[in-house]
Amino acid sequence: MSEKALLEVKDLSVEYHTDEMTVKAVNGVSLSVGRGQTLGLVGETGAGKTTLALSLLRLLPKGIGKITSGAINFEGANLLSLREADMRAYRGRLLSMIFQDPMTSLNPVIPVGRQVAEVLELHNDKKLTKQQIEARVDDMFRMVGIPPERKNEYPHQFSGGMKQRVVIAISLACEPELLIADEPTTALDVTIQAQVLAMMTDLKEKLGTSMIMITHDLGIVAETCDSVAVMYAGEIVEMGTVEALFEGDTHHPYTEGLFGSIPRLDVETERLRPIDGMIADPSDLPGGCSFHPRCPYCTERCKTEHPQAHLDARGHMIRCHRFDKEGEA
Amino acid sequence: MSADTKYLLETRHLKKYFNTPRGLLHAVDDVDLAIRPGQTLGVVGESGCGKSTLGRAVLRLLEPTSGEVLFDGEDVTKMGKPELKQFRNRAQIIFQDPYASLNPRMTVYEIIAEPLVAGHLRKSSAELEHDVFQMMDTVGLAARLVNAYPHELDGGRRQRIGIARALVLQPQFIVCDEPVSALDVSIQAQILNLLMDLQRDRGLAYMFITHDLSVVKHISDEIAVMYLGRCVERGPAKAIFANPLHPYTQALLQAIPVPNLSRRGMRREILKGEVSSPIDPKPGCRFAARCPKATDACRGQDVQLTDRGGGHFCACLAD
Amino acid sequence: MSQARNAAAGGLRQYKKRSQIGSVCRRFAKSKTAMAGLIILIILVLLALLCPLFLDYAADVTGQNIRERLQFPSWQHPFGTDQYGRDVLARVVWGTRISLSASLIIIAIATVVGALLGAIAAYYGGMVDNIIMRVMDIFYALPFNLMAICIVASLGNGMFNLGLACVVGVIPGFTRVFRSAILPIRGQEYIEAARACNTSDGRILLRHILPNALGPIIVQATLNLAITILAIAGLSYIGLGVESPTPEWGTMLSDGRQYMRNYPYLVIFPGLAIMIAAMSLNLIGDGLRDALDPKLKN
Repeated sequence: MSEKALLEVKDLSVEYHTDEMTVKAVNGVSLSVGRGQTLGLVGETGAGKTTLALSLLRLLPKGIGKITSGAINFEGANLLSLREADMRAYRGRLLSMIFQDPMTSLNPVIPVGRQVAEVLELHNDKKLTKQQIEARVDDMFRMVGIPPERKNEYPHQFSGGMKQRVVIAISLACEPELLIADEPTTALDVTIQAQVLAMMTDLKEKLGTSMIMITHDLGIVAETCDSVAVMYAGEIVEMGTVEALFEGDTHHPYTEGLFGSIPRLDVETERLRPIDGMIADPSDLPGGCSFHPRCPYCTERCKTEHPQAHLDARGHMIRCHRFDKEGEA
Repeated sequence: MSADTKYLLETRHLKKYFNTPRGLLHAVDDVDLAIRPGQTLGVVGESGCGKSTLGRAVLRLLEPTSGEVLFDGEDVTKMGKPELKQFRNRAQIIFQDPYASLNPRMTVYEIIAEPLVAGHLRKSSAELEHDVFQMMDTVGLAARLVNAYPHELDGGRRQRIGIARALVLQPQFIVCDEPVSALDVSIQAQILNLLMDLQRDRGLAYMFITHDLSVVKHISDEIAVMYLGRCVERGPAKAIFANPLHPYTQALLQAIPVPNLSRRGMRREILKGEVSSPIDPKPGCRFAARCPKATDACRGQDVQLTDRGGGHFCACLAD
Repeated sequence: MSQARNAAAGGLRQYKKRSQIGSVCRRFAKSKTAMAGLIILIILVLLALLCPLFLDYAADVTGQNIRERLQFPSWQHPFGTDQYGRDVLARVVWGTRISLSASLIIIAIATVVGALLGAIAAYYGGMVDNIIMRVMDIFYALPFNLMAICIVASLGNGMFNLGLACVVGVIPGFTRVFRSAILPIRGQEYIEAARACNTSDGRILLRHILPNALGPIIVQATLNLAITILAIAGLSYIGLGVESPTPEWGTMLSDGRQYMRNYPYLVIFPGLAIMIAAMSLNLIGDGLRDALDPKLKN
């Protein structure tokens, strides 16, 4: 797609194997993130967003989660062919991740400043001295809006929003090329969410970091992302620029359903138009198009044949049989 | 008393304090609200503002510290056991978490029948069965799920069970405590539509507690905004969204990410600081510490709601 | 509406009900060690139930036969004979009956009392909780053996008083475990929902709280069965409780003590019996704990 993407994922599939079942969490996902760009990954529970993020860092639960096919190219290197020891050099240093729940991603018995310093020591390529690391920790705290004096306090002395700032400080300490944020503000109140999002956007611009923003909130996508991928049942059903998604006319039926489902502050709605039925169960995906049992435009063909990705002139991708005609022409 | 009769439920100076090792926690502090029959009052606020406590105090699931809760003109806080029992047949609650609010050891049938069985309200088992199946039909649960356990079902269906349990006593008033917050957007919309249909068909009144302003705007006739145990603004939903008066309401509306591109790149007023502690709060406006318009007067004494016309009340000295 | 009518016409019975016990059993059966424990226990229980069919208590178990005293194990007496010429195998087998029935009764009583006390303490909280738990702490503070000795010494020797001592000894542990199993359930929203529906306190306890606390209760009971078998044997060994000639395993150990040097089989076989019984119950308890844990659900 873009001339020189930082991250390119090609045809990635991930499965979870447990005693009783096989869960197809991610099915043939391809995407790319350009330098300094933010990609929004939107979808509901079970869509495979978090699994996709974990497989980018190769952090899938051992023995259960397995990448079955595909390639992940990061700055030219295929992450899937790296040895575990080499992968460790990427994780935290070049790629880092923020998890949804700041309460559980910090170690409760280590002072927060120490936790930031630890990442720096672990990836100390520049051979920083102790003092330099401490100075860098102070810088990081100032950057995320926490007075550096608080660095000797423990996580329980911080509020949820402050903890998430500490987590962000940890993940940005090594100035990674790509930051993966998995629902970073879902656990926070709206006014705190606004603070954290504003801070993340500022930092991203200042450091030139690329970002994958995983969220279920279309509002967050509209405010922070450059491009969007909508996921359903482990697949990207629609992908394109934010302009095409929020202002374009052609959409995947699932995307239409998402927009019809949310009550809007900016538009008067008498009655919501939800998507019928339940979210697809990734351990028992329907044949054909995964969305067909809930789709208002479902035809016989949708029940049997898996739809191809259709690209329009501006590179907007939709995976739906409805757009076949244009594609064939 | 004639003025009261148009309201189904009214709270007057309702307070609920908790004793904690660090002091007195003012969870609900002098709140006056009113709900008309068949209408929805949306209660909005961030975590720790006391909105859930308010919902429970209204139903006397928590004993209020002081104040009155008038239901159909009767004071709930002074009810004896038999009256309270009658009241609870007419006022019910739906919870946020469809995982924690259903007994994992009971089947769908047992859960929905439980209020009737516990209150000895149905004579025969045939009658009971008929009512439960009818209720499942009403909330859109397939009859074949009658013997399923909650953990076998998805969040949306579990929430439907919770709604059926609340409805089976044929109440007039339901406290909805964040009923859609734990659900995915497509499922959330189904449940919101269901709640609105039920309200239309049965003339239910809701106290709809949520942190999500978009949801509240969609479902409410009237809205009350809470901050640190106090109601800072209340009035008709349209008036509050068209013309928010309290600085906190304004900040909340600013903070919500909107799914269109009009606000992209715009510098927004972002509220600084965090919610202070509700334990032994200082007198004065609770919001003064974060308020961009705060003056010394705001910190002097508690600010009361004042009428701004058209049933729109706001507790602010600045505007 | 039509759904309601159709469903009511067919009634509830047309829909199959799947019990949760079934899935617990399936998970339990998956564990080999737990199944081994269960098989051993079944054999022991069968022995205990059926031994009167082929053993006569007066003749085979307690009847003395001085001429055949202290014989080493042979085909005729696979476990040998003791100092009074009684067959050790017959006595060990009969001992199963005594140990299992005594410990079962003790644990049954302790479970009911402990569950009620724990449930009351957890559900009502505050003062009630404080009083119950502080009394339990007092019992906890006394060493079990010392307390048992005191009880038996003041009330007299015998099976009943021994049982009483054991019940008093295990109740504090039960109460504590049950209270902590019930505490988190009390705060659940479904308990609040039940209260909002006018459910009485008793019904909430029995219908909503106890079924959800059943897992830890069953596990605690099984594991304590083993402990009780050991305690009965231990107390009988030091001469408190079951007295000769009743064939209790601990009493047999105690009786065989003076001949241990030359006739070790006198203590080996009762000792093995104690070990096997306790081990099988522990294996079952561990298996149950895993099978009942809802977090491991599929």
